[in-house]
Amino acid sequence: MTPTPSAHPSARSIADDIRTGRRTAVEVCAASLAAIASNDPRLTAFVTVTGERALETAARIDADRARGAGLDRPLLGVPMAVKDNLCTAGVRTTAASRVLADYVPPYSATVITRLQEAGAVVIGKTNLDEFSMGSSTEHSALGATRNPWDEARTPGGSSGGSAAAVAAGMVPAALGSDTGGSIRQPAAFCGLVGLKPTYGRVSRYGLIAFASSLDQVGPMTRTAADAALVLEAIAGHDPHDATSSHEPVPSLRAALGRGVVGLRIGVPRTLLQDGVDQGILNGFDAALARWTAAGAQLVDITLPHTAHAVPVYYLIATAEASSNLSRYDGVRYGARASLTREQGLRDAYMLTRAQGFGDEVKRRIMLGTYVLSHGYYEAYYLKAQQVRTLLRRDYDDAFGLCDVVAMPTTPSPAYRLGEKTDSPLQMYLEDIFTVSANLTGLPALSAPAGLTSDGLPVGVQLMGRMFDEATLLAAAQVLED
Amino acid sequence: MPTYEPVIGLEIHAQLCTRTKIFCGCATDFGADPNTHICPVCLGMPGALPVLNSQAVDLALRAALALGCDVQPRSVFARKNYFYPDLPKGYQISQYAEPLALGGGIDVEVDGSSAFVRLTRIHMEEDAGKSLHEGFADSDRKTYLDFNRAGTPLIEIVSEPDMRSAAQAATFFERLCQVLVWIGVNDGNMDEGSLRCDANVSVRPVGQSTLGTKAEVKNVNSFRYLQKAIEYEIGRQIDLIEHGGRVVQETRLFDAAQGKTYSMRSKEEAHDYRYFPDPDLPTLVVAAGRLAEARAALPELPDARRARLMTQYGLPAYDADLLTQSRELADYFEATASASGLPKAASNWVMGEVLRTMKERAVPITAVPTTPTALAGLLRLVDAGTISSTVAKDVFATMYESGRSADEIVESQGLAQVSDTSALEPHVAAVLAAHPDVVEEIRAGKDRKFQFLVGQVMKASRGKADPKVVTDLLTRAIG
Repeated sequence: MTPTPSAHPSARSIADDIRTGRRTAVEVCAASLAAIASNDPRLTAFVTVTGERALETAARIDADRARGAGLDRPLLGVPMAVKDNLCTAGVRTTAASRVLADYVPPYSATVITRLQEAGAVVIGKTNLDEFSMGSSTEHSALGATRNPWDEARTPGGSSGGSAAAVAAGMVPAALGSDTGGSIRQPAAFCGLVGLKPTYGRVSRYGLIAFASSLDQVGPMTRTAADAALVLEAIAGHDPHDATSSHEPVPSLRAALGRGVVGLRIGVPRTLLQDGVDQGILNGFDAALARWTAAGAQLVDITLPHTAHAVPVYYLIATAEASSNLSRYDGVRYGARASLTREQGLRDAYMLTRAQGFGDEVKRRIMLGTYVLSHGYYEAYYLKAQQVRTLLRRDYDDAFGLCDVVAMPTTPSPAYRLGEKTDSPLQMYLEDIFTVSANLTGLPALSAPAGLTSDGLPVGVQLMGRMFDEATLLAAAQVLED
Repeated sequence: MPTYEPVIGLEIHAQLCTRTKIFCGCATDFGADPNTHICPVCLGMPGALPVLNSQAVDLALRAALALGCDVQPRSVFARKNYFYPDLPKGYQISQYAEPLALGGGIDVEVDGSSAFVRLTRIHMEEDAGKSLHEGFADSDRKTYLDFNRAGTPLIEIVSEPDMRSAAQAATFFERLCQVLVWIGVNDGNMDEGSLRCDANVSVRPVGQSTLGTKAEVKNVNSFRYLQKAIEYEIGRQIDLIEHGGRVVQETRLFDAAQGKTYSMRSKEEAHDYRYFPDPDLPTLVVAAGRLAEARAALPELPDARRARLMTQYGLPAYDADLLTQSRELADYFEATASASGLPKAASNWVMGEVLRTMKERAVPITAVPTTPTALAGLLRLVDAGTISSTVAKDVFATMYESGRSADEIVESQGLAQVSDTSALEPHVAAVLAAHPDVVEEIRAGKDRKFQFLVGQVMKASRGKADPKVVTDLLTRAIG
């Protein structure tokens, strides 16, 4: 198995093949299931594989096609994996937590419904750090996922299962979710295109919340064109999500191929002085060189408040998470601790949550609870929100000088499993380049930018103006030629 | 021994009469089978998100405007975090630091003296579900939960501590309830919990400006109980202080059967609710246009209508008060008054027969089948002397039952008063002949016996005789 883009067909070519009759949806689906069967026992990308359902859906697509129906569906017959924090009606959705180990949602997330309407075949649910809290997919109640490029290493996280599934060629495209880098960092570690859309661009309805003001669902694919295809299918206002935007979704596919001539790329050089791996810097500079060769200009920018981004992120994200995860109390659904006759309501809560959550989740709930506590709210949460505003202003200023901001996605390439699990703080600091996009709401994409000398993928990150995913995708595509 | 002054503030939770819940499309019907009006949103399923019901906002705005509040152009929904089994998400969505409306107030009149009670704020929030601790075979070890009520839209109306007696507080609650029902924001069904009141009560020596320590009496759901609960609480606190004790800040419940309040939990063990703005809901922006529309759609309010009934129809205050107990009753009166041209008679009839019948049959004015036009027809017959008031009451009962008009009933049952002297003279002659002794007594000066003779003639005419004509005939005959 080679985790290189050229080795596997793209989502677009699969849809075209099925549309023109070169392959059937059932054949494609079966091939995808076979790839999962042979690779996933080593990689653990999937939490649940819904083979039977997928084949039924594929057969329906073939039957429709035979009648000439549904041919205009952009993801016609494309097998897709979705992160297991996206609710799928009738299919177990765990968020990689013991507390939801047997939870079967009664409804599907809006993004799932939209994928299905676009003709995609959901083939399974992928592994993640429990409730998306982590950046290595090691904090999963269902076991760690491995990186297809080097199975001793992490695929990143929290959308590590989706990244591994695409990188290993099990599916051409997957959905992840990104709260502080959970799409972009695993995309970087696995040599993929990963896009965190503008906050509000994609519905969060049915996405199991980690931090509501930061969470977005987005595509993880091998090419920019496929990312555009998937984003177009899932984007747009949803009446079930009050934070989803009414901003019209432009034709992203049309924006592809428009290149980067005249594009002003802002580079915050001061951020790259310390702690960034040389292999990463080399890949980053090579990407900048390719863009300038294709007609872009580089502009020096500063983003003075970036140093505060990680602490601000961990205050806001944990505060929201502590509240979002209160619903896992064992009362209405999910795992419930068994009690002795002497134990009461308080025990029911404490035991259910003590047994149901892993250590990283507990750590963040406690941190967030503290942040919101009486007497600390002003000092922490409110202050963090103020810094968030300053951070947004940094980017407003930057976008006066440039059209996109470029930086590495991660300070280092994929690390070894277990390498950072003992030091949560060390792991948090790895988020330095990704959290700003979530705090500001801006769209951000990670694109493959070659390999390190050890043969590990490097990711370059582009951030754009609000709702300008098109420019990011067009620029990412330039790196593919 | 100092004289004590009670200080009372109220917090009233009023359910908004929306068709659906505040953040989802589930119905708000009361009395449905348990857990039938539920969905992923109001059950707090993973991934479900709230979307604000615009009708709930409209009703809350209407309440705020009717109570004279300043509606805030921007208000924010926050999360109040605590664990309880009937609270699905582990937090209640409620407005906290930035509520929908500030200020306002209403006039409250007790024993002829009027005072303005100020409001602090009105904010919107969702209700929780219901814990059922009793009534099941295994209630000794299980609590059952019904989430039909979870997500019902509420407004919380908070008053300033402006009230100085239990009676004043009860009247305030009653007036507030009247206004909310009047403007169609609340259905007034306290038995179903659509209005709930908490009272903050403290006492202090007269003349002292700082407030005493307060106790909060929770969930009192009738005007009468509120008054009793506060009266008890005032007495308890004064007694405590007089005996060298100290009032502790705590939450208390009212036991209606015992007429006492008892301690539920002290504030020292109170929760830290960790309020913060709900990131799932955008800031609620009330545009000037929407506010103007809500203001324009506001009906004439009870106080204004009371005043108008007095000036326009010349009614006494007593009548105006009674007729404005509900907007529908006032409408009924005004329609009757204008159809008949007889406002005072209309007022007497609505306050008399109509209210009596409604009470007897336990129906609201909207369920009274006799229309104002039909009632006006009856009033005109009385005014014209065609029937007596006594007969009219029977006719009204028949109208209510049959839906026929007063004219029809009087006609078909031959109830019109007989004022034709030639038809009545034989009855007069017969009565005089039958009671010569009475005639003698009257002639001897015992005037009060006269009514007896009138009654006898009325009886002989089977009630149809016009009493005025009978009186004339008898006077003339006796000389």
